Amino acid sequence: MAQEGPRRVLAAVDRAARSLRLRPGLALAQAQAMVPGLHLIEADPEGDAAALARLAAWCLAYAPLVAPDPPDGIWIDVAGATHLHGGEAALLAGLRRRLGRAGYRVRTALADTPGAAWAAARCLHPETVLPPGGQRAFLLDLPLWSLRLDREIVSGLGQLGLTRIAHLAGQPRGPLRLRFGEAPGRRLDQALGHAPEPLATLAPPVAHIVRLAFPEPIGAPETLARVTGRLTAMLADDLTRHGLGARRLDLVFRRVDGLDQSVSVGTARPSRDPTHLARLLSERLGTIDPGHGLDEARLAAPRVERLEARQLAAPGEEPDPEAMAELVDRLVLRLGPGRVFRRAPVESEWPERAVRRVAPLSPATGATWPADLPRPGRLLPVPEPVAVLAALPDAPPSAFTWRGTRRRVARADGPERIFGEWWLTEDEVSATRDYYRVEDETGARYWLFRDCLTPEGARWWLHGLGEA
Amino acid sequence: MRQAEREWQLAALRERIGGLAPEGAGRPVLPFGVAPLDVHLPGGGLRLGAVHEVLAAGPVDGEGALAALFVAAILARLTGPVLWCLPGRDLFAPGLAAVGLHPDRVLYAETRRETEVLPTMEEGLRHRGLAAVVGEAARLGLTPSRRLQLAAEGSGSLALVIRRRAGAIPEPNAAATRWGVTAAPSAALPVPGLSRARWTVALLRARGAEPRTWLLEAPDAKGRLRVPADLADRPVAAPARRTAAG
Repeated sequence: MAQEGPRRVLAAVDRAARSLRLRPGLALAQAQAMVPGLHLIEADPEGDAAALARLAAWCLAYAPLVAPDPPDGIWIDVAGATHLHGGEAALLAGLRRRLGRAGYRVRTALADTPGAAWAAARCLHPETVLPPGGQRAFLLDLPLWSLRLDREIVSGLGQLGLTRIAHLAGQPRGPLRLRFGEAPGRRLDQALGHAPEPLATLAPPVAHIVRLAFPEPIGAPETLARVTGRLTAMLADDLTRHGLGARRLDLVFRRVDGLDQSVSVGTARPSRDPTHLARLLSERLGTIDPGHGLDEARLAAPRVERLEARQLAAPGEEPDPEAMAELVDRLVLRLGPGRVFRRAPVESEWPERAVRRVAPLSPATGATWPADLPRPGRLLPVPEPVAVLAALPDAPPSAFTWRGTRRRVARADGPERIFGEWWLTEDEVSATRDYYRVEDETGARYWLFRDCLTPEGARWWLHGLGEA
Repeated sequence: MRQAEREWQLAALRERIGGLAPEGAGRPVLPFGVAPLDVHLPGGGLRLGAVHEVLAAGPVDGEGALAALFVAAILARLTGPVLWCLPGRDLFAPGLAAVGLHPDRVLYAETRRETEVLPTMEEGLRHRGLAAVVGEAARLGLTPSRRLQLAAEGSGSLALVIRRRAGAIPEPNAAATRWGVTAAPSAALPVPGLSRARWTVALLRARGAEPRTWLLEAPDAKGRLRVPADLADRPVAAPARRTAAG
């Protein structure tokens, strides 16, 4: 509850109160009449603002530009940082999941402009991602309050019959401005991306940060690259002094019109090699829109790890793990996370499960697959059915038809029987496969299997191609 | 005095002519360990720091199974980490391990599109410390192959391009050698079963060597190809001829 002029009113209500039809703004006396024994807490706007700022600072883990939006919102400018979190949808889902675990009920949305994101988060599905350039179609249906207009303006427009954003968008601006001021037009333009909306972003609370201010605004790509090189050299000096290496770097350019531009990169191992870090950042500089110019740049290392000084490896020694880490970083930056990996053996008879992906820099285990089982060079992602001519039920086929071509089997070996892993899925309790290695008349080798004990009898599948 | 001067002039001339030798001559090579192949190839093997392509054509080999195993066997005879850039998911690591390519050595880079394979290869080739970089691509044009060649020369890594579903007429490019691997009927066993697979390994194009094919046994667990025992005693078809190339 809070004081509003002479009245005491409800400032906010929880879920249970909402189900009792209590609403913020309701007079206290009326609320107590509706619900006897109502549990009331004095509103604490300063405390709320401080908590929001703390939460916003926590959000810096997602992107370098975060702005609290009192009373109940936070903006995160994720441009240039989504690749660190597996894409836009994955970022939103992860954010919502982690906040949910901490006890926050949040609605999230991702859009081109802060205004569109604000509206979508409050009016659409709680994990909405509006497609780039597509916010207009979504916004037009939303109510006018989602443009962050004052209550008086919304009700005034409502008296004119304008309740949806589409109504406002169709009106001539002049008369509206005379009556309601600049706000409706400006908010509409900001939401649709026709007008800029600078955010009051938080300064990142990191110890390792370097800045460069420019006497004249800069914008040329080569200048940005040079500035990036100087900043990484300065940051590398700082990290060397502290014996640290960066795991994430945030580069933020302050734009003269207030629309800050940022890029973020992550590294697979802590690094403070200025050339490597500058190269990682430079690959992303293309996403920076300099607009009318950038007047300050700051480079921060929000995630650092201990990295001791080490001697240079002599040529011909073991492959340098740091050099491999640099390659992995560059490949991940190019292809995205999860696309650079090693493969390691799994003790499973099912060929599909015999391989798992491991992190590209995980330590070498020396483990490999059993050498006595011949395996094909290519395994079809999904076994393809083949029509088979077999003389005897338990004999290898004498001919089979795959992808419309009939192949006569000249030689064959098998079966190698493998059993279903009943402890994994119930379907495999009685599943078995008999694998045959067959060679056709041209010498081409195939890996076929017959599945057993299905009601309609055994079926044949082609699973692998080629064999050494 | 005059004698000494003449010898000095001769040495200088030899040096100049040496500078005109085919590019890449004198770089280290990786021998196949199969005498007929190594004798035929200029330098005695696959030149390191150069691009080599392996065509995978035909209804079965178009999937690149034999090409992948041929390449894995080459990698098995190198030491050090290798990068394998591929757009698909059908490469079967146990099969590669069977020809001697240990999984700990292979870093995979899975691209979203096939067009990303060659740029990713170039990134890997510019990196010093990889023994080899493999890519699976349908096309390898002149300009991309030159870029890969330059990157490979810089780092000394072996660059291998598996050309899946390669067209009938291969495009001209800067690859040092072009290979084709097709299956050949294996030797019959007296009992039911399969003996070691046999491949027809074709050198389709090479700088400084004529095209030729060999019938070989598929690589063993250490990646070594072999001349089949029943063919080893036969005379080689023709003495290896070397042609000069510029």
